[in-house]
Amino acid sequence: MDATAPLPALRTGAAIGGRVRSGRRVADRVLRTGCLLATLLGALVLGSILLMLIVEGLKGFTPLLFTEPTPGPGSVGGGIANAILGSLVMTLIGIVIATPIGVMAGTFLAEYGRTSKVAGVIRFLNDILLSAPSILIGLFVYTLMVRPMGTYSGWAGAVALAIIATPVIVRTTEDMMRLVPGTLREAGAALGAPASTVIVSVTWRAASAGIVTGIILALARIAGETAPLLFTALNNNSWFNANLMGGVANLPVMIYQFALSPYPNWQQLAWAGALLITMTILALSVVARIVIKPQRAR
Amino acid sequence: MTALTERIALASPRTMLRKGPSKGLDSLFRTASFASAMVVLLVLAGILGSIIYGALPAFREFGFGFLTSSAWNIGTEQYGALVAVAGTVASAVLALAIGVPISLGIAVYLTQLCPGWARKPVGMTIELLAAVPSIIYGMWGLFIFAPLFARFVQIPVSNLVEGLPLVGTLFYARVPSGVGVLTAGIILAIMIVPFVASVARDMLDQIPTVLRESAYGIGCTTWEVVRHVLVPQASVSIIGAIMLGLGRALGETMAVTFVVGNANRLSASIFDPSSTIASRIANEFNEADGLQLSSLMALGCILFVITFIVLIIARFLTRRVKVA
Repeated sequence: MDATAPLPALRTGAAIGGRVRSGRRVADRVLRTGCLLATLLGALVLGSILLMLIVEGLKGFTPLLFTEPTPGPGSVGGGIANAILGSLVMTLIGIVIATPIGVMAGTFLAEYGRTSKVAGVIRFLNDILLSAPSILIGLFVYTLMVRPMGTYSGWAGAVALAIIATPVIVRTTEDMMRLVPGTLREAGAALGAPASTVIVSVTWRAASAGIVTGIILALARIAGETAPLLFTALNNNSWFNANLMGGVANLPVMIYQFALSPYPNWQQLAWAGALLITMTILALSVVARIVIKPQRAR
Repeated sequence: MTALTERIALASPRTMLRKGPSKGLDSLFRTASFASAMVVLLVLAGILGSIIYGALPAFREFGFGFLTSSAWNIGTEQYGALVAVAGTVASAVLALAIGVPISLGIAVYLTQLCPGWARKPVGMTIELLAAVPSIIYGMWGLFIFAPLFARFVQIPVSNLVEGLPLVGTLFYARVPSGVGVLTAGIILAIMIVPFVASVARDMLDQIPTVLRESAYGIGCTTWEVVRHVLVPQASVSIIGAIMLGLGRALGETMAVTFVVGNANRLSASIFDPSSTIASRIANEFNEADGLQLSSLMALGCILFVITFIVLIIARFLTRRVKVA
């Protein structure tokens, strides 16, 4: 074979672009441009949403938001303090219920169940619960709590949020505990520690950053959930009531009702609430990603 | 003296022996973790059970006719699921048709084309899209997107196709208000993009680099690498990711409630307002009782069955890769 012969042909071919069939190159260009455009579109939408929230939300952003309860339709002033407080309380109760259940269930899947059939089934169902429509969870809690108790309540709202948060925590806890090397557990067991001690003081400790991340992600997920609160906590335009019975004001349902109302002052409050809740959730998501970093590096 | 030494000799092995770990606490821990895992199972069973229980009166009243009837009349107590089911399926299918190409484009961009320094920020941007609450998408859709959509798409397109067969019905807006099935589909598409894109990205990342490199090595273009190496390798799990997106699109409530128009009308045009199962439940549940409440529960039951079939298929398809 002659090594020098094809060289001139290659050069001239490359010069006029004939070595690569033009169709191939066009297809390649189309793909590259298409992919870039798709990514830009995603960034554009996020930018547009943030811009809308900041522009509309800042108009009504006053300190009164945090001190006054929601006003009547068409009146002047008022804030969303009751909704903020109600959302905080229900989200926190939700997380407080979901965290022990989620962490323990994740522990079972990662440590005890492992490859057993029961664990397989629960893992599968948990993944399904993870993406189940949240409105169905609202219907479930309505039947379970609101109807027997005869009234909407903050407790029902908190339970609905807990049901949404649990699968998120189960999933991340299991994933993070599986990353802990088996040799660490063996070392613990070799010292004579029973399984529970090994889990608590070795595996949990090693996976703690990841588990915390899961809890923060669950918090971010339930902070903005609206659908399950519609039939459980509903809303309430008066001051926050500590016994959590009856409708409890909360940001998402407040935003939903006020944004679709015909009253400008309510719409303004909805925008302010939307800005507040989105920024909180985005901040939580960013924090969760920062927390998870050292875990991945290990 | 001897008695004393004997006693010491007797006592010492007992003190030497370390106190065994308490069995009770250990098994309690195990039981607690098992019980927590069972809670997941119970909740899922509870959701199914409570919805079926609530839906029984409606199913008893209307039977299978519930699925095929398009009536939704509170005055005469006639209820049927057809409009809501059609709206749900139509908006979800539109969402996939629009969202899947974009998601795959993003996944390919992030894994193949993106320069190294931009990967993290771009990936983060897409992931943050997933964190935005659905009600915010609803507001964005209704107040920002719908007016633009009415002005620049609905009105020109309606004028263009008016009177034409087929497209004249499919793309004709009687009232170009910007809300409707297609708007819902577009908003849903934006909402499922980050999910499908991030799952697809994980799948593409798991393909051994050596496969990709050998394809480039024999002179393939990026398009050919994607088409002939990446897609065949990841196709099953990408279909799983798409199904996962479909599951989300079917059950999404708040965003759709804002932009779907909430009309009980069976229309051939995708510009016309309609309802989805979730939007109808969100709109009417609080004021409903009796047969209407039960019919809404029955709608929920149908939604449960549809989404769970989709999600089960999705999880089976993505399972193997996800666990790794």
